Parts: sequence; structure tokens; C-alpha cells
Amino acid sequence: MTSAVPIAPSVAPGDTLLELRAVSKRFGSREVLRTLSLEIASGEFLTLLGESGSGKTTLLRLIAGFEQPTDGEIWMHGMRLDPLPPYRRRVNTVFQQYALFPHLNVSENVAYGLHAAGAPKSEIATRVKDSLGMVRMQEFATAKPAKLSGGQQQRVALARALVNRPELLLLDEPLSALDANLRKEMQSELKSLQREVGITFLFVTHDQEEAMALSDRVALLRNGALEQIGSPREIYAHPATAYTAQFIGQTNLLHTTVAAGMASCEDFSFPCSRPDGSALFSLRPQSIAFAADAPQISSPVRFSAVIRQQIYSGATELLELRTAAGTILRARIASRELLSGSHEFVFSAPDAVPVRE
Amino acid sequence: MSTASATAARRSPLLATYAAIVFAFIYLPIAVLVVYSLNRDGVGGFPPRHFTLDWYRKLFRDSAIWDSVRNSLIVAAGAVALSLTLGLLAALAFDRADFPGKTLFRRLVLLPLILPGIITGLSLLLFAVRIRLELSLITIFLGHGSALISVATTELFAGLQKMDRRQEEASLDLGATPWRTFWLITFPNLKLSLIAAALLIFTLSMDEIAVTFFLYGREYTLPLEIWGRLRRGITPEINAISTLILAASVVLIVVWYHLRTRSERP
Amino acid sequence: MYTRTYKVLVSVPPILWVALFLFFPYALMFAHSFWSVSDGSILHDWNLGNYRTLIHNPLYWQVLLRTARIAASVTALSLLLGYPLAYFLSFHAGPRKELLYQLVIVPLWVSYLVRGYAWKTILGSDGVLNGFLQYLHLTREPVAAFLYSPFAVILMLTHIYTPFVFLPIYASLEHIPRPLVEASQDLGASPRATFFRVILPLSLPGLLAGATFAFVLSLGDFLAPLLVGGPSGTMIANLVQSLFGAAYDWPLGAAISVFILVFTLGILAFTQRLEKRWSFE
Repeated sequence: MTSAVPIAPSVAPGDTLLELRAVSKRFGSREVLRTLSLEIASGEFLTLLGESGSGKTTLLRLIAGFEQPTDGEIWMHGMRLDPLPPYRRRVNTVFQQYALFPHLNVSENVAYGLHAAGAPKSEIATRVKDSLGMVRMQEFATAKPAKLSGGQQQRVALARALVNRPELLLLDEPLSALDANLRKEMQSELKSLQREVGITFLFVTHDQEEAMALSDRVALLRNGALEQIGSPREIYAHPATAYTAQFIGQTNLLHTTVAAGMASCEDFSFPCSRPDGSALFSLRPQSIAFAADAPQISSPVRFSAVIRQQIYSGATELLELRTAAGTILRARIASRELLSGSHEFVFSAPDAVPVRE
Repeated sequence: MSTASATAARRSPLLATYAAIVFAFIYLPIAVLVVYSLNRDGVGGFPPRHFTLDWYRKLFRDSAIWDSVRNSLIVAAGAVALSLTLGLLAALAFDRADFPGKTLFRRLVLLPLILPGIITGLSLLLFAVRIRLELSLITIFLGHGSALISVATTELFAGLQKMDRRQEEASLDLGATPWRTFWLITFPNLKLSLIAAALLIFTLSMDEIAVTFFLYGREYTLPLEIWGRLRRGITPEINAISTLILAASVVLIVVWYHLRTRSERP
Repeated sequence: MYTRTYKVLVSVPPILWVALFLFFPYALMFAHSFWSVSDGSILHDWNLGNYRTLIHNPLYWQVLLRTARIAASVTALSLLLGYPLAYFLSFHAGPRKELLYQLVIVPLWVSYLVRGYAWKTILGSDGVLNGFLQYLHLTREPVAAFLYSPFAVILMLTHIYTPFVFLPIYASLEHIPRPLVEASQDLGASPRATFFRVILPLSLPGLLAGATFAFVLSLGDFLAPLLVGGPSGTMIANLVQSLFGAAYDWPLGAAISVFILVFTLGILAFTQRLEKRWSFE
């Protein structure tokens, strides 16, 4: 098994390690981050999730020290971080394209940071060996990066960062260059590595499935602002906005008008506790079932629709439904035989989660 | 990486000053050249007073210079034609054919560029003498053309490598013969490389003195004419013609730059 | 995809031409070095006499040594000027990088001869430099030592070759992926340490290419000495030139040429091997 690199955290797990206070970043006239405030707890696996342009990579680079905030401050346990250059921060980065030094072999790459810190040779040798062992790359110690596959390079990049025992590890979409199977494998490796080593991970990705699988908490960024932050389960079950509901997993957005505790749209109505006026609800596709299959469902809301498409994906399939009023809804059901025509469907009213615009 | 990183933005004033000094060194002689072409009292002394265009006027009446310019243009045009043709064939050969001695050929073609000009010039002189070819613009043209083949080859080879091979395959698949395919598909794709090579060969030929030094007969090219005058003494006329050459070169660069950036925008 | 006819058609003409107009001339030069001259005509008597003359005559060694020293100085100075300039443009110039690059390239398009001439006008006794110094009352009389000396040759050639040295160095610096620089700093290396441990090693191929180019071409240069070298600034190629000219001993001249050629090719082969070892792609 791998040997863990013991760390002596200067911050107890759970305490705030890094704090972003109203951080803004402008490039020329383009505002990439808007007064963003965020706290990262020690020992957690936090993912910055968002589309390209959402500012997640910029945020990472601010913490690493490759950019300076236009406004606001970054604090790392009691001290201001942003004035420090990258080589003085106790933060290390795993780059998207790994950025391994081509003229140094694997060991020399991993030893680089220790070398820069002036550690004695014997200590360097031991720590490099342990670090390579942790990512299972010992046998490649004298190989040059050019000879390694993408997955292998990625592991070396990880070892190179972790060997320095940083307070915070930044990972900039490290898995995006890998193919699907390797990705899944590396995802679970990363997760168990983080648990073992106990270092705080700040992970950046645009892949929401990846974020949900790996993180203790997910911070969803949109246009440079924090849309929502919470554990994967929280965000999935209780999206605060329509954007979050649509970004994380799939959903149906119901545009309704509320009057006297009843939300109504053209196709159906259901009780809710929203004030009068227009209201938006998120309804996950798996919440919709064939009426015939769910006779005991509580607070049932029924409607009929025509099956337009049936998209098969193994265990489940996605039905694209069209109601009489012309609304398109998506339902996820366990796979069955090919269907068509008009059917009765049902969902439970509490499954419709109210969201902001 | 589109955003400038903070590491670069951290200016180093020492380095910037040093870079400025190097720039000054590079441009100093050129500046002197231009400034003194406008100086009434000729070249030398400091500071230059008395602005005048007389030297340029004298230059325009100097028929020997313009004859040599005409000769240079003829030779350069010929060299471009010769080098491009042979260079294109050679590039195609490198790209598509395997023949014994391919490496030797490649090294041989490159020799004129990496060897000091005197060696190539003298070798060609020995050759001309041996085949009893009289020295003239023709020998100069042959010399330039042969020496500059590898410029064309390198540029065109790079262009061929960058080209999408599948376009040619599609053309053949649709029934066009290799001949047609070459003219309709390959050649247009190489347009940029051809122009780049042509410009470079043209400039190198116009400027060439080392090889030309040993191959000239009665007619002079521009560098030879300038050289001859230098031996006789310094006159600001030379400054004037040099300034004009500089201006022409700058124009060429600007044109080249525009062509290149326009083509890179799809 | 390409027929035999096609391949023959594209390879034969250039091969024939190059054989006739490059290979044969160089071979002829090589042959001449084994011949001798007598009573104004060349005898094809195939001997090593010329080479023996070269080895035993101290004059040639003197000139050769001076030439090598000049070439080495030019190379060193060009690197000293060209490398920091390239580094500045690549890493510190920001958005002006492209424009500055063009500005470095422009002088390359100015004729070699013209630039040499310019130095002549600057360094001469009534040249611009002397005029400038007298204007500032730093000297009272013109200094003759600037022109017609090895110093002038080195100055002129450095001026010529600095942009040539700049080009491959700039190219290899630009080739360095910026994430590597960031990674180095991320791992704790200061900008100075990053330069010596990452940037410099990765730029060595370009540096080597530029240095080789400057050295080899300076070595065989004969025009700079003629323009600004004077008798004390004569270089080995001038010997060749005079042997093919007034001194009329083509075989001996050929022998020196062959020597230059072999020496040049040797250096190129050596640096090519080094470049391969230091290239990390």
C-alpha cells in the first residue's frame, strides 16, 4: 500500500484555512471576479465549479499568486496572502497540462520544491521516494517526462506538489486531458489520497459530475460571482437558483403563477408555500413517473403528455414529454420497452423545489 | 495562457535599461547613416548641421548606381524563379519521396547557407573557369540561385508539413489526376510559403556580396557598385542610397507582415 | 499515394542541379587543394604540398589564431547583447513584444555592406565618433585607433550578428511553456532561481544555434577586415582572397578554404550533437 506523507497541520481540521474577502479581479475593462467572498476550511475538498469564463481559474491563480486581486484581500490563517509572491506562499499547484520540467527526470521534478527550499540532500531523497510511492510512480524515478503517459505525468505532478507539504493544494482541471476511463480511476485515487494526506484541496473543474463525486463542498461560480456553495447533496436537493438547478444534474423548470397557496401553470397546479406572484420551480426528471407505476405517491400532481423521444442509457432512460399545452418535460425512468403515444404521469408536489431566477 | 502572469508584469528596470542599450547599439549605425545622408558637409564630424537633399539629388542623376540597381533586380528576379522552382521540387521530394542519398542531398543544399560566402563563391568561380563560362550577370544569377535553393526548400517544406494531407487525398478520391491535384490543391495551399520564400530570396540576393564578389564580370550589381565606390572614398551618396535601401526593406517588411497576418485570419 | 513517376519527377531535377552547381564546385575546390601552381598555370600533380606549407608556416597560424580570437569575441559579445534582449522581449515586454521583435529584425534587412560602411563612417579619423568626442571636449585630436584594427572588426561583426544570435534564442525562449515558469515559482523558486534552473537550460538549444552561426560566419568573413580591419585586422579568409587574387596561388588558397570548410563542418557537427543532447522535447 502507499505510505502516507505525515503532515503537521498548523490549523486544526475544520477551522478556516483560507479566506477571500470581497475579492475582485479586472482585466482591462473586463470584470472576471466580482467581490467574491469565500472561506475554505482546513482539510476539506472544495471544488470550484463553473463554465469557462466563470472565473474559477482566475480565482485559483489569485490564490496561487500568479495574479493580483484588483480589490479585496486574501488571508491565510491570520496573515495576508495576496502581497506574497508565489514562491513564498505555502500553496502548491497541480497544473492543467502538468507543467513537468522536460529537462529534469521524475525524481528531479519532484525534488524541485525541496531543492528550492534548501532541504538537505538526504531528506530530499527520502521525501521524494515517499512521495513517488504515494502515487505509485517509484519505478519511473529516473524517467524523463516525455516518456510518460498523460496519467503518469499527472501523478508525478501531484507528487511534485504534495512533497512540499503545502497548506493548500490547488488543482487546475487536472483530469480534463485524460480519457473517460482513466478519469474515473484518477478521481477515486485523488479522493482517497486527499483523505489519507489530510491536505486541503481546492479543485477546479467544469464537469459537475466530477465535482459532485469528489467534493466535501462545491462552490458554483457564475460570471465571477458565487452562485451557491454547499455540500453536493445540499446543492443537488436544494438548488437556490434556476441556474444551479440546471447546471447540477438535469431538471425541469416550471414557470408558475401562485395564488392563495396554489402554484399553477398551464398543465397542472399544486400546493406550495410561496407568496403570490410568479414563481419558478425545479423538478428533477427522476421525480416524474408513470401514474400507473406510482399509485401510493403522496401529494400527487397528475398530467398527461405524449412521449416524443426515448433516450436509452442502460439502466435508465430519459423520456421527452410534450403536454397538451405544448410544454416539454423530461422524465427519467427505469428502462422498459419502447413506448409511444399519450400517457398519464405523476410527481409528488414537494419534489418541486422553489428556486430564484 | 492568454492572461499575462504577474511574474512577467513585475518589470525589471535594470533589464529594460539594458535592452534599451542593446537596441541603441543596433540602431546607432543606421541612424547615423540616415542622418548623415541629409548632411551638407558630408559624412563625419559632429554634430551634423545644414540639412540638405542634395545628396539624394546627386544620387538620382547617378546613372551607374541605377544601372547596378537594374542589374540587381534582374539577378534577384532570376534567383527567385530558379530557387523557387528547384526548391519546390526539392521540398516535394523531401516530403513524399525516399531516395538514396537523401540526407546527403539535404546537407549539401544547406551548405551555402552555413558556410562562409567566400568558400561558396570561390568554388563556383573554379567551376565557371573549368567549364569556360565567362563571368557576368549570368554567373552571378547562377550563384545566387544555387546558393539560395535551401531557403526555398526549408520554407516550402514547412508549408507542406503544415498542409492538411487529406485535401489531396480528397482531390484524388474525387477523380482528379496528381497533376491537377497539384495545381488546384497543393499549390494554392503553399501560396503563403511561396511568398515568404520569394521575399526572403529576393532580399538575400539584392544584398549578396560575398559570393558575388568572385563571380562578377563587366556588369555590377548594387552591392558591387557600392563596394567599388567605398574603395575610392566615402561620399554621402552612399548614405543616400543606403537610406533608400533601408526604406525599401521596411516597406517590404510591412507588406510581408500584412500578408501574413491577413492570411492567419480565416 | 504518389506514383513512381511523380517521385522521380520531383527529385531528379533538384538533385541534378545541386550535383552540378554545388557538389561539383565544392569537389573542385577540394581537388585544387591537392594541386600546385607553376609559372602561372595550375598543375594537376596531386600532392600534399599545400597542406605542408600551411602547417609549417607560422604566418598562417598567426592569422588563424587572430581570426579565431576575433570570432570568439564576436560570438561572446553577441550573446551578451542578444540573450538579455531576447529574454527581455520574451518575458518582460508584455503586449509590445511583437512590435519590438519587428524592430530587432529590421536591421537584418539592411545590407551587410551598408552596415559595415556605416561603422567606417563612425570610427574613422574624421568620423562621427571622433567628432562626437571632440564636440564634448573629451579629446582634442582625432583618435586614429578606432578604425583599421581588430577592435573595429569585432565591433562591426558584433553589430551584424547580434540580431542573428537573438533570433534562435528568442524562438527557444518563446517555446518555453509559461506554465513551467509558473510551476517553478509555485514550487518555491525565486525568479532568479527560476531563470537558472528552468529558463536557461531550456533555452540552450537556441543559444547554441545562435552562437554557432555567429562563430562560423565570423570565422570566414573577409569583407569586414577589408572595410574596417586594416593590416592588423586581417583574417584567414582575406588570405584566401589574396591567394585567389593578386598573390595567384589558387591551390594554396583552396587548401586554406578546405581547412576552413572542414573546421566549420566539424564545429557544426559538434554543436548539432550537443543540441540533440540538450533538446528536451
